[in-house]
Amino acid sequence: IKPSSPCNKCLNVSWDSTPPCTCTINFTLEHSFESNVFMYYGLSNFYQNHRRYVKSRDDSQLNGDNSSLLNPSKECEPYRTNEDKPIAPCGAIANSMFNDTLELYRIDNDTRTPITLIKKGIAWWTDKNVKFRNPTGDGNNLTALFQGTTKPVNWPKPVYMLDSEPDNNGFINEDFIVWMRTAALPTFRKLYRLIERKNNFQPTLQAGKYSLDIAYNYPVHSFDGRKRMILSTISWMGGKNPFLGIAYITVGSICFFLGVVLLFIHHKYGNRNTSADIPN
Amino acid sequence: MMSLSAMCLGLFVNPPLSPQYTLWNFLPKNLFEQFRRIANFYFLIIFLVQVIVDTPTSPVTSGLPLFFVITVTAIKQGYEDWLRHRADNEVNKSNVFVVENAKQVRKESEKIKVGDIVEVKADETFPCDLIFLASSSTDGTCYVTTASLDGESNFKTHYAVRDTTVLCTDEAIDTLTATIELCPSCTLSLGPENLLLKGATLKNTKKIYGVAVYTGMETKMALNYQGKSQKRSAVEKSINAFLIVYLCILLGKATVCTTLKYVWQSNPFNDEPWYNEKTKKERETFKVLRMFTDFLSFMVLFNFIIPVSMYVTVEMQKFLGSFFISWDKEMFDEEIQEGALVNTSDLNEELGQVSTGCVCICLDGDVDGSALPARSPCSGIPHAPLGPDREELFLRALCLCHTVQIKEADQVDGLMAHPERKYTYISSSPDEIALVKGAEKYGFTFLGLENNFMKIRNQKNETEMYQLLHVLNFDPVRRRMSVIVRTSTGKLLLFCKGADSSIFPRVQQEEIQQTKVHVDRNAMDGYRTLCVAFKELTEKEYDRIDRQLNEAKMALQDREEKMAKVFDDTEADMHLIGATAVEDRLQEQLAETIEALHAAGMKVWVLTGDKMETAKSTCYACRLFQTSTELLELTARTVGESERKEDRLHELLLEYHKKSWTLSQEYGLIIDGSTLSLILNPSQDSGSSNYKSIFLQICLKCTAVLCCRMAPLQKAQIVRMVKNTKGSPITLSIGDGANDVSMILEAHVGIGIKGKEGRQASRNSDYAVPKFKHLRKLLLAHGHLYYVRIAHLVQYFFYKNLCFILPQFLYQFFCGFSQQPLYDAAYLTMYNICFTSLPILAYSLLEQHISIDTLTSDPQLYMKVSDNAMLQWRPFLYWTFLGAFEGLVFFFGVYFLFQNSSLEDNGKVFGNWTFGTIVFTVLVFTVTLKLALDTRFWTWMNHFVIWGSLAFYVFFSFFWGGVIWPFLKQQRMYFVFAHMLTSVSTWLAIILLIFISLFPEILLIVLKNIKEKNHQVRNKMMYHTPLAPLCPALLPRQSGFWAWQGQQEAWQPACAASPSPLTLGGALHHHILVQLLWEVAAPAQSCRGQQGRCCC
Repeated sequence: IKPSSPCNKCLNVSWDSTPPCTCTINFTLEHSFESNVFMYYGLSNFYQNHRRYVKSRDDSQLNGDNSSLLNPSKECEPYRTNEDKPIAPCGAIANSMFNDTLELYRIDNDTRTPITLIKKGIAWWTDKNVKFRNPTGDGNNLTALFQGTTKPVNWPKPVYMLDSEPDNNGFINEDFIVWMRTAALPTFRKLYRLIERKNNFQPTLQAGKYSLDIAYNYPVHSFDGRKRMILSTISWMGGKNPFLGIAYITVGSICFFLGVVLLFIHHKYGNRNTSADIPN
Repeated sequence: MMSLSAMCLGLFVNPPLSPQYTLWNFLPKNLFEQFRRIANFYFLIIFLVQVIVDTPTSPVTSGLPLFFVITVTAIKQGYEDWLRHRADNEVNKSNVFVVENAKQVRKESEKIKVGDIVEVKADETFPCDLIFLASSSTDGTCYVTTASLDGESNFKTHYAVRDTTVLCTDEAIDTLTATIELCPSCTLSLGPENLLLKGATLKNTKKIYGVAVYTGMETKMALNYQGKSQKRSAVEKSINAFLIVYLCILLGKATVCTTLKYVWQSNPFNDEPWYNEKTKKERETFKVLRMFTDFLSFMVLFNFIIPVSMYVTVEMQKFLGSFFISWDKEMFDEEIQEGALVNTSDLNEELGQVSTGCVCICLDGDVDGSALPARSPCSGIPHAPLGPDREELFLRALCLCHTVQIKEADQVDGLMAHPERKYTYISSSPDEIALVKGAEKYGFTFLGLENNFMKIRNQKNETEMYQLLHVLNFDPVRRRMSVIVRTSTGKLLLFCKGADSSIFPRVQQEEIQQTKVHVDRNAMDGYRTLCVAFKELTEKEYDRIDRQLNEAKMALQDREEKMAKVFDDTEADMHLIGATAVEDRLQEQLAETIEALHAAGMKVWVLTGDKMETAKSTCYACRLFQTSTELLELTARTVGESERKEDRLHELLLEYHKKSWTLSQEYGLIIDGSTLSLILNPSQDSGSSNYKSIFLQICLKCTAVLCCRMAPLQKAQIVRMVKNTKGSPITLSIGDGANDVSMILEAHVGIGIKGKEGRQASRNSDYAVPKFKHLRKLLLAHGHLYYVRIAHLVQYFFYKNLCFILPQFLYQFFCGFSQQPLYDAAYLTMYNICFTSLPILAYSLLEQHISIDTLTSDPQLYMKVSDNAMLQWRPFLYWTFLGAFEGLVFFFGVYFLFQNSSLEDNGKVFGNWTFGTIVFTVLVFTVTLKLALDTRFWTWMNHFVIWGSLAFYVFFSFFWGGVIWPFLKQQRMYFVFAHMLTSVSTWLAIILLIFISLFPEILLIVLKNIKEKNHQVRNKMMYHTPLAPLCPALLPRQSGFWAWQGQQEAWQPACAASPSPLTLGGALHHHILVQLLWEVAAPAQSCRGQQGRCCC
């Protein structure tokens, strides 16, 4: 869902352009989404699984280890220090965190109603609660705790200013955690927001016109990449997945076919078998 | 590998030879030895690359398996070396007494110096080669058994050097100052009878003194020790070939990836996008160097395709597998209370490969004391009119003319016990014992030798004494032996016993005719015949002979010749008194075994020292030749005499060659030693060098080849010749005597029979079995199974590593060829050593794809695995394609699965590690289940190991992902596995992918079952309907079988008819038919075989 036109002007944005280039994309939903809707952003031709990229992180720093905070692992090079200050969070993955802001509006008779996007509950529970931790120290003031570190080069704000809520700030910011789980393939999606169903009488997203406001910060044009936004509902076995269905049907029908053939053969030879046994 | 020498050394260990390591040099030396192996060296290089270069996986991933492999091998080799040390210490640290300054000094045997005077007590082993100086008995003789050297368990008499005989106390011996070398004027002759060899044992003599002349490496034993070259099995060669293929695949993959990487990177935004900048160091390195390190990195990434643990698994399989042979209860022999013995575990699978080669069996008789001598009137016609006197004389001759000794109760290796008697006879030749026992049956019992008087109890229960004056020992040239005795009445008698060909020319010609008929007939019937003759000597004659003999014995030069001449003169103008026939009773199930080997497609060559007639009839008896077999003879008889020999031989060869090309007929070839040497070593002239090839072609066309009158060396020669023919068939030699050793060592697989002739053969063999019949099970069942197991093991290893690495390779196409590993390091490391190693090990130890009973009863199954059938390129390609197919399924299955936005029902996404873990889970399950599908023989062990491995994998994954490991730089796997399992789609996908991967295999099994059933049905119908004769495929063998059964029955009655009353004939000419057990095997041919033939 990415027509190139409205955002073309933003193609050559750089990281720190302020104010960000914004653009709006309008689209129409043919069917209404009944249950909870998951909002993903997708990137293509983005090699999050490149070896140099994958290893460029320091898990003990992210786990709140104070010594690693000030002395990040060598793996983070060349995103380890900036102006002799350790970067927190260090490494290429953190540095290239997706920083577009997406906002969704429902257009109803030319009035734009913003749709509430929930930004918590998008990361693995274990990641959020165990694997990622803010550094510890006196008090809960993140700014103080991150004293002595500097923000990643490409970030506009330091890590302790990612979010206003304290339980979603710093290393335990869920957007950040999601980004840190490197994707398997160069074309990937990541969960961005949740849209919860409000009540039982109304579908989460009705069919109709919507518009997506994008604060375009994240440059993908340089590596021939593309960005997408996906809205999806999820069933008990995950998102829509044609592969499993097709594969099961194919395999099932092959088995059935072979079963019939073999049954036929068995029947045939079974007959011969009994006839051969009689002389015994 | 190096361990081989250890085991075969056995008792022969000698300090400089055997142990390879000391406590100090074990580690460096063993490591060095191990890294000389290409595979180990390869992994070492990979490991070093990982340490030095920045590679995708940590050095631990390949270092740990390598360490594991090296450790296991080192432990195994260390253990074997320890055994060697222990055996050595037994020999070298044993205490001996050395006489110094009239005192006995205790020394360790390895410290004996040349010139030391050593005291040896009864039942001790000589610590070095000694010149026999004096013994406790005043006549200066001692008895020695060389059972551990050449397998002859009889006592040989050795004589002290004459001048020193008197020195029989410590003090006296100390007075001896003259050294033998320094005393040229008082020359003493020293012969073999003065030399006591290291390794022999002193018997029946209290103690002896000897001066050490050779020690350590210079002893005869050490010099004679043939280093046993390492035997490599064909399977190992196949493994190496496959390894090379995989190495090529590996190099190919690495090259492809490196090339593509640089093609891909030529696009700058691919090479270094803004989000993923290179480090300074990376940017500064030269491009060529970078390409090289990239290549190495890919090598490292894909190196697991060469199965690191395969070697160690193969070794474990062989090591443990050999226990199954020695534990086999069916191969346990009640009589000797021993089972099979495995000296070399490296050749287990080779036992399943013998099909193309030849089984070289040496036939030679062996007596079993429990076989009762039966008197046979086979030739009932009295030969000479001498009446009962002559009969008694004949029996006396049998009682006197031998070198049998009496051994009281006490057991000696290789003896037969006589429960009802207080003593047993021992002799170097079982035939002699048989004859003495035969005489006993007729009332003449040999009571032993006392002070040179031989005591005999005659039919009237009186004891007769004969003074033993001279023994003209047996030698293979004369092929006879004689004794000269003085009767109590003062008469001097010479009795001579030997092969007919050597006796007939020396007796009154008119006596021969009749005997000759009997001898020939007996020989035809498969008995071993000997003739007995005697003559009376006058005192004058005796004096002359006595003098001549003593002179000859003292001669310093040409002693042999002189002795031979005296013997020749002495044994002339004798009177023939009779002939004996000794029956070799075939060892139980010999014929069945040979038949089975035949049916299994083996060519059986019989190599024996026996004479042609005997050997031929034996071959008939053991069904090697059948009535329908046309015999091609290449013997002295057909080739003829002297000059025209070569031409005649040439003609014959060509004729037979032509004949053997007609396939309709079964041919058997008979060749004797002299003709063989003519073929193998043709004289310079005549362009006869191609004899050998013609001969070989004939041989290969024949179903059975009989080589008689073979010298031990010739046996080995034949084996070598067969070994080197086109297609290099796998040869197996089986034998039980010391003279088979050369042959056993030469063949690919050498099998010793734990015969009664000492342990030489079994000690030098790769495998030793108690009885010939056990060969059947050893080859048909164990050999077949081991081959199938190891072949499967090897193929499986390559397969499982291919489908392990292929997804990793494919992943490179999706990660910018950045060498990003698909699997976590722990999985990479553990895959080969933990998750998938035990099931295949258990399989390769326990699998019986066909039950042992079926295998033993249907020898034709053996042909299925002949020619290394399961390790040819076709099955290899099949496995490779299977592996490739599964690898593709794993990767692309999961790839398509990941096209989906989310796999979890809460919309959360999976990362690259989950991707790898899913692939890996599918992989482990598929690979293990594939093995389960292949397993036909389930034991609790298989169940335990297969399901245990899978359970372990799941458990380990939970555990590995469940903890934040402080020693890890990255917590990649944290809860990845658990999260994976919460997704229903993943479950479905895993099950589906496992099923798809196994689908071809399942399909194949189903089809095979149908085919087999179909087959069975057809067979059944053929069998039970009158159509049967029309089914040629099945029946010929069957009918052949019956045919020979019939023949055998006919043969048996012929024999059964013989026991009729001897007394009737009042035969003078007794043919004593001693029924002997045939132990097919070996043969002592030079020393024992010929002795057996003539001297007894």
